[in-house]
Amino acid sequence: MSSFGNLLEQLVKETQNTSLCHFAPELVLCATIVSLLLLRLLSLDRWIPTYVAVLLGTITSLGLAGSQLLGLLNGDTHAEPFFSGLLMFDAFGAFLRSLLALFLVLVVALTVLTGIPDREDAPDFYTLLLGSTIGMLLMAQANNLLMFFIGIEMTSVPSYVMVGFLKGRKQSSEAALKYVVYGAGAAGVMLYGLSLLAGVLGTVAIPEVSTHLATILGSGSGISDATSRTVILAILMVLVGLAFKLSIVPFHFWCPDAFEGASAEVAGFLSVASKAAAFGLLVRFVYAFVGGANQVAAEVFTGLGIAIGAIAAITVTFGNLAAYSQTNIKRLLAYSTIAHAGYMLMAVSAMIVILAGGRSIEGMDYRAEAARCLEGLLFYLFVYLFMNLGAFAITALLRNQTFSEKIEDFNGVAYEAPVLCVCMMACVFSLVGLPPLGGFWGKLVIFSTLFVSGKIHWFMWVMLAIGGINTVFSLVYYIQILRAMFIKPRAEGARPVQIPTAISNYALLITVPVLLLGMFPTWTTELANKVATILLN
Amino acid sequence: MDPLCFLSALIFLPALGALILVAFPSKAVDAMRMFTVAITVLVFAMTLNLWLGAGSFDSSIATIQPVAEGVSKPWIPDWNIHYRLGYDGISLPLVVLTGFVCVLAALASWSINKLHKGYFMLFLLLETGMLGTFLALDFFLFYVFWEVMLLPMYFLIGIWGGPRREYAAIKFFLYTLAGSVLMLIAMLMFYFGSGREFSLIKLAELAQDGHTFDYTTQVIAFVLLFIGFAIKVPSFPFHTWLPDAHVEAPTPISMILAGVLLKMGGYGILRIAFPLCPLGAQAAAYTLVGIGVFSIIYGAFAALAQTDFKRLVAYSSVSHMGYVVLGMAVWKINEHNGTDFWLQGMSGAMFQMIAHGVSSAGMFFMVGVIYDRVHHRNLNEFGGLANRMPLYSGLAAGIFFAGLGLPGLCGFIGEVAVVISTWNFSPLLAIIAASGVILTAAYILWTLQRVYLGAEYKGPHSEEIDHMPFNAREAFVAFTLLITAIVLGVYPAIVFDAMNPTLQGLVDSLQKAAPADAATAVTQALQ
Repeated sequence: MSSFGNLLEQLVKETQNTSLCHFAPELVLCATIVSLLLLRLLSLDRWIPTYVAVLLGTITSLGLAGSQLLGLLNGDTHAEPFFSGLLMFDAFGAFLRSLLALFLVLVVALTVLTGIPDREDAPDFYTLLLGSTIGMLLMAQANNLLMFFIGIEMTSVPSYVMVGFLKGRKQSSEAALKYVVYGAGAAGVMLYGLSLLAGVLGTVAIPEVSTHLATILGSGSGISDATSRTVILAILMVLVGLAFKLSIVPFHFWCPDAFEGASAEVAGFLSVASKAAAFGLLVRFVYAFVGGANQVAAEVFTGLGIAIGAIAAITVTFGNLAAYSQTNIKRLLAYSTIAHAGYMLMAVSAMIVILAGGRSIEGMDYRAEAARCLEGLLFYLFVYLFMNLGAFAITALLRNQTFSEKIEDFNGVAYEAPVLCVCMMACVFSLVGLPPLGGFWGKLVIFSTLFVSGKIHWFMWVMLAIGGINTVFSLVYYIQILRAMFIKPRAEGARPVQIPTAISNYALLITVPVLLLGMFPTWTTELANKVATILLN
Repeated sequence: MDPLCFLSALIFLPALGALILVAFPSKAVDAMRMFTVAITVLVFAMTLNLWLGAGSFDSSIATIQPVAEGVSKPWIPDWNIHYRLGYDGISLPLVVLTGFVCVLAALASWSINKLHKGYFMLFLLLETGMLGTFLALDFFLFYVFWEVMLLPMYFLIGIWGGPRREYAAIKFFLYTLAGSVLMLIAMLMFYFGSGREFSLIKLAELAQDGHTFDYTTQVIAFVLLFIGFAIKVPSFPFHTWLPDAHVEAPTPISMILAGVLLKMGGYGILRIAFPLCPLGAQAAAYTLVGIGVFSIIYGAFAALAQTDFKRLVAYSSVSHMGYVVLGMAVWKINEHNGTDFWLQGMSGAMFQMIAHGVSSAGMFFMVGVIYDRVHHRNLNEFGGLANRMPLYSGLAAGIFFAGLGLPGLCGFIGEVAVVISTWNFSPLLAIIAASGVILTAAYILWTLQRVYLGAEYKGPHSEEIDHMPFNAREAFVAFTLLITAIVLGVYPAIVFDAMNPTLQGLVDSLQKAAPADAATAVTQALQ
């Protein structure tokens, strides 16, 4: 038998036996998309509402992703690369996939309740939503520089369309256009960086990056030679691409406009899901470089970590200050999203600093401490899912009653929609970071990692102080929402607000986890810690 | 009953009551009022049981009770966070005070005239937060309860407050949150410095050896903690939230603010800032005394200048709470004749907290009673109330005299104890602090003259005074407060006996924590 035939046979075997199994959640989503289009083609959607099919598909996908995570944590299955090393099947990826799948289910449920999209557009909308999510799932488990790019683009292209989905609204089209132009620019820079990396390192496979990098940095004269500088430049270019997805200052300009133009449901989806996926990618990317770094590289990467930290601090401060003057609640939440991306980026920065510089600190179990950073990030993402979706969802649900997303038009609604507004209160205070809500715990874990990494470089303590001050800053604008809802009187002649029970229950469903995660975080922190430890060892 | 269960029941009973209130129909206002009063009475009875009940509190023991390290259950094990509760001579009087003031504030809540259900739910949640703060012995748990109080308070001021309520509420929230962020940073310093420990008792033990947390750490942590607590006390220059919050808050909430919430600052200093950073406290002693004295004088002068009745009472709180900071801080290093004066200062400060809790709550209540009738608080438009409402005016005079510090009433004991112990620290500062008493007498007597004396009431809404006579509920609240003020003034030993062993223990352990070489280090650092 020829060697090519051999290879082919092996490939088929791998695909059939492992890869397709591991890829099951994504396959289910793909099948759902196809069935959606078929339903419409055969006019079956008159009898079976589209969302039933979507909910079935997404819940199945969530079940599969969840069981994969459990299997990996229990040791029933083991981590391995699949699809010839393009993707990685491990606990970290599985955690993010479960999180994204859970989020997708909740968003679909929200769209059913708010009635965006209408019946006519539903298959289109859900196709985009599911397609974008598949891209995010790919990002979460990318194990190859090529997959980085494919994942990001697969996520982005449907999101551009979703932002512009409210057809006929000028604002919406403008937002989508802005998003596309920025996105294309960032993607170009990132692709350039990836190609530089692949060229210099001679590999596109993530596991090989660190050894190749060590050879390059070890052979030359430190960072002063041209090759090393090229590598650093390439890393920075890739980070620019990711920073765009994370809406990190100064690549955040698209975010408020896109969120204002898009419907609140889409904005909520983008603000959480694309961040979670991008953080997954960022962690994999930086860990590939920092994880096995030698002495020379350690210094470089400590510097890189601090630089990322400085950007995170600026992002948090900018996001919080810019939110002050907003009158549109979605714009306000967009700036809050920017600030929260900054908090989470602080955790990544602490992780880089600890991984790179922690070995030289006596008495520091640097892998355990780095795992704490990642634990903080994962926990934060998990809480953020609920509290941020909660804020956007309640905005969307109230918008359906008040027909406006201006903060002043929510004046006094608390007395007509008490459940929704109390839920909003819990979400907002959790976003501020007050105990006993989940957001507090997430912030505490991240702040504590900043405190620990301060032993390596004092700048981390400065970041801790900036993070703390920002908590106080952020209260001022978050409270504007609650002040409108609870303290201001309802405008004369305003249309009465009536909230059906199903909607109140949905709001409770999202808010209760925020409270539970704050009061009993153990279960989740332990899970996050386990996932983080597995990735970093 | 298992102590942990009992203490948890005490803390969460009001929260449970708040949940039950959800089921009440919105129109059943009287039922909700009575229900809230019943819950607060039950809680007060439980706090009394904690104090006087057989085998629950032994006043001769200096350590935490019912067991020395507090009763606890693991809460978040991977962070070594425990749900740890306990009480001693410092916290128990404040717990009882909380129960007491809450009953009276609930009785004063008849004047709330909108959204009753929300009000009473938040009121009860606030009580849970306060009790939890005083009973928590885990730094993390303390922090959580500390923050839990903020949310109800924001809405209680913001929704049911006066015309500038939004501004006052957010100002209160921002100040306290800023303070808690500083506390959070200090908490992380202790947590990681001690090898992941949150227990306040263990941290205090570690702090006393002087090696686990070095001098610099202690000073930094002390500054962070002190600012956090001084905001709550409030001490100059962190006091500016207080006049706004007190003036805009509805009467019962002003009573709770002045009666209980301000004590959290003093309690935090005694429970956390001093034991966890003795070296820092020592280094800062002179500054603290200075801040205390300045707050006394500043608050008194500011009170003299007010024309708003409630604002005047608010500034008198700044002045009176100055004695608390002053009394705690009169720690003279290298003291030859022991620490007796310091102990006296501490117990004076503690007594002042209890006494101020009674007298200031009473003063705010008295202002509220007249405000409900005439709908203004302008001191220049009062006068002659003694003729129109004799019983009310008599009780008010008694309570205001308690605030003034008239011998035989509760205000006197704490101030005298503090001023005497200050003499040993610095005669000059003692003289200045004592002169604060004269200023206090000036503004209170002048107020009494402007409000209650005079020929006849000529201000607005004169007819309302006749329409709404001073009723039995209001008289009950006022009588209770006045009697308590007299009892504490005549027989202060009830409180002193309960807290002195604990304070003695605190003083001894702090003194031990600061050996001679540390004292020299402080002196050098000061130079």
